Amino acid sequence: MQTATYFDHNGTTRLDSRVLERMLPFMTEQSGNATSRHSAGRTARQAIEQAREQVAAAVGAYPSQVVFTGSGTEADNLAMHGIAAANGVEQVLISAIEHPAISRPAHALQWQGIKTGLIAADANGLIQPSALEIAIAEAGKQVGLVSVMLANNETGVIQPISEMAEIARQHKAWMHTDAVQALGKIAVDFAELNVHAMTLSSHKIHGPQGAGALILDKRVDIRPLIYGGGQEKGLRSGSENLAALVGFGMAAELSASGLAPRREHMEKLRARLEQGLTELGAVIFGAHAPRLPNTSFFAFAGIEGETLVMALDRQGFAVASGSACSSDSTEPSHVLLAMGINPDLARGSVRVSLGYTNTMQEIDAFLLTLKGELQRLRKLTAIAV
Amino acid sequence: MTVHTPIYLDYSATTPTDPRVAEKMIPFLTEHFGNPASRSHPFGWTAEKAVENAREEVAKLVNADPREIVWTSGATESNNLAIKGAANFYSGKGKHIVTIQTEHKAVLDAVRELERVGFEATYLAPESNGLVDIEKFRAALRPDTVLASVMLVNNEIGVIQDIESLGNICREQGIIFHVDAAQATGKVHIDLEKLPVDLMSFSAHKTYGPKGIGALYVRRKPRVRLEAQMHGGGHERGLRSGTLATHQIVGMGEAFRIAREEMDLENARIRRLRDRLLTGLQEIDEVYVNGDMKQRVPHNLNISFNFVEGESLIMAVKDIAVSSGSACTSASLEPSYVLRALGRSDELAHSSIRFSIGRFTTEEEVDYTINLMKSKIGKLRELSPLWEMHLEGVDLSKVEWAAH
Repeated sequence: MQTATYFDHNGTTRLDSRVLERMLPFMTEQSGNATSRHSAGRTARQAIEQAREQVAAAVGAYPSQVVFTGSGTEADNLAMHGIAAANGVEQVLISAIEHPAISRPAHALQWQGIKTGLIAADANGLIQPSALEIAIAEAGKQVGLVSVMLANNETGVIQPISEMAEIARQHKAWMHTDAVQALGKIAVDFAELNVHAMTLSSHKIHGPQGAGALILDKRVDIRPLIYGGGQEKGLRSGSENLAALVGFGMAAELSASGLAPRREHMEKLRARLEQGLTELGAVIFGAHAPRLPNTSFFAFAGIEGETLVMALDRQGFAVASGSACSSDSTEPSHVLLAMGINPDLARGSVRVSLGYTNTMQEIDAFLLTLKGELQRLRKLTAIAV
Repeated sequence: MTVHTPIYLDYSATTPTDPRVAEKMIPFLTEHFGNPASRSHPFGWTAEKAVENAREEVAKLVNADPREIVWTSGATESNNLAIKGAANFYSGKGKHIVTIQTEHKAVLDAVRELERVGFEATYLAPESNGLVDIEKFRAALRPDTVLASVMLVNNEIGVIQDIESLGNICREQGIIFHVDAAQATGKVHIDLEKLPVDLMSFSAHKTYGPKGIGALYVRRKPRVRLEAQMHGGGHERGLRSGTLATHQIVGMGEAFRIAREEMDLENARIRRLRDRLLTGLQEIDEVYVNGDMKQRVPHNLNISFNFVEGESLIMAVKDIAVSSGSACTSASLEPSYVLRALGRSDELAHSSIRFSIGRFTTEEEVDYTINLMKSKIGKLRELSPLWEMHLEGVDLSKVEWAAH
């Protein structure tokens, strides 16, 4: 069952064996509490600080800018809730295509009387800097915080973050970006992006689940989400998740050093995949915008996405419909709706997200299977109608 | 049998992951790496099934319904979710919180944060043995009290609070009762079907599971509601969003299963070791046990060595890994706030050591520790003018020190 071809790398990734090897000692014999002052604690502390350096180096940040969290979702929540609370923010702007880890906290801020506005996406899934200007002009109050993701989890479209950061700065707003899907697939440079805060996650880059980070410009005032022992300079209390952080550090280092060949490989695979998809009549979303090298989000008119995903699963291909977090609901993707895609076509959406371990043979086998399944499903649909 | 130093006697700070736990976790780091929220393929289903099995194991240890268990990143997050989540949800009823001065920082700081946003809090002092007086607790409750938080087992002195009596009082008055049980699992029996507790925090890494994973028990009957602290994909029924770390959850499940099956035997063995340690250390003059010895987990021994300076004591006992105060504050030189709340002087609080014994502690290690303490305390006292004065019969509390 688990020998299926895995095409859901935007959902989660397989742990790199080198990462596992680095983690294992910290799961067993070297499992001290990093806050303890005896030697077991000091070993743990050193390992965490090394991981912090690795993560910082992978994204062009200083180690002191890295705040470790338990997940990307937590880092997003820390940025949204923490920056809003510490700065008395009255108006937040987020893009219309954000992951729920941004849109849900933004929604929760409304209960506290903080206004949340949406920045519109265009038909290609791009958030144009001009759309941010418009959203700022239309906002009822002074905008205090802007959050736009670096790359979308569904379409893979890469957003012009540094330009938006410039606009946010002109309006004296803090700028946050969720770079969870971008890391490991394209170069991510905190300084170049010019943002004040940036979210990262370990399990999307062949690191373990259970670790994330908020990269934070120290000029930003922020309040913690979790209070207690005062770890992470008081920004995130709780005994550090030693093995996961060590793994995250290693995965970040590997993802940055091996980026160019991985990227090239995934681009080749996707080009072949999308050539085949187009021949089979697929609509590919965001194809005219700059995209991550690994992501292809598409639909076939008249074919239900869930049905196709299940059919592909039976044939041994693990793909997703929409994002994993919402894949148990049948609502059409909010990302596609924001792009103005017809809801019926949006319900047909399927996401293939490749990893560097996927092969051309797997792409060819997938296209062959897809062709057969489409024929079968179209026949069924024809009978039903 | 030779003894390898440093000897680990800091099981209350963290425990090594049991090899059986690590073994269970590794397949979920490698071949079963799926995201349990992925519903469209078997990688996700396998992960989800493992997560649910682990939820059952955690529930079983504390006799709860698996649906009452919410995964978190650790007891600190559980405490924050319980305290801030319940206080905010029920704030329409009142804005007063009662807790104890000797709680873990994760509880105290969460309550302080609530004070910052308009709640009032009472930090009740325990008795000198570390236990909460039931009547004083009752008297601290007010008509506008919405939440009380009391830990089951104290992290520094190991005393066990009478949660049942405290909970019954909260029940009578309609107050949500939260219990931090991070230090209790595998050490005391917990039966949530019987205990009048609404919310209970758990940690894996204090019970031979991995770091970075914990859980919050949220009672279903009568139903307790919380305001989520982390929003997103709606995991854990919307109470705690974020991709679940499957391997860590699997590790916590296995750790709690082992605890359930082995705790009685293990605790008997640990009690013998602890009593042996206590007997040995009591051969040293001027030692004081902190906290009640009867209502206490067998794993903990917290002792103050009078006439010894705290920092030099820690330096002198490098061969044993122990804590002075809790791990979370041992980076600061403030004397333990827990011991001060018990009424211990700053000097005795400073010269305290917490020995915490666990699954892999041996009798040889205990004997080595006794001998080490005897010799080091002796040497430190030889250097201490205070000790000399004490031997000469000077009552140090009456000495008036000249200011320089």
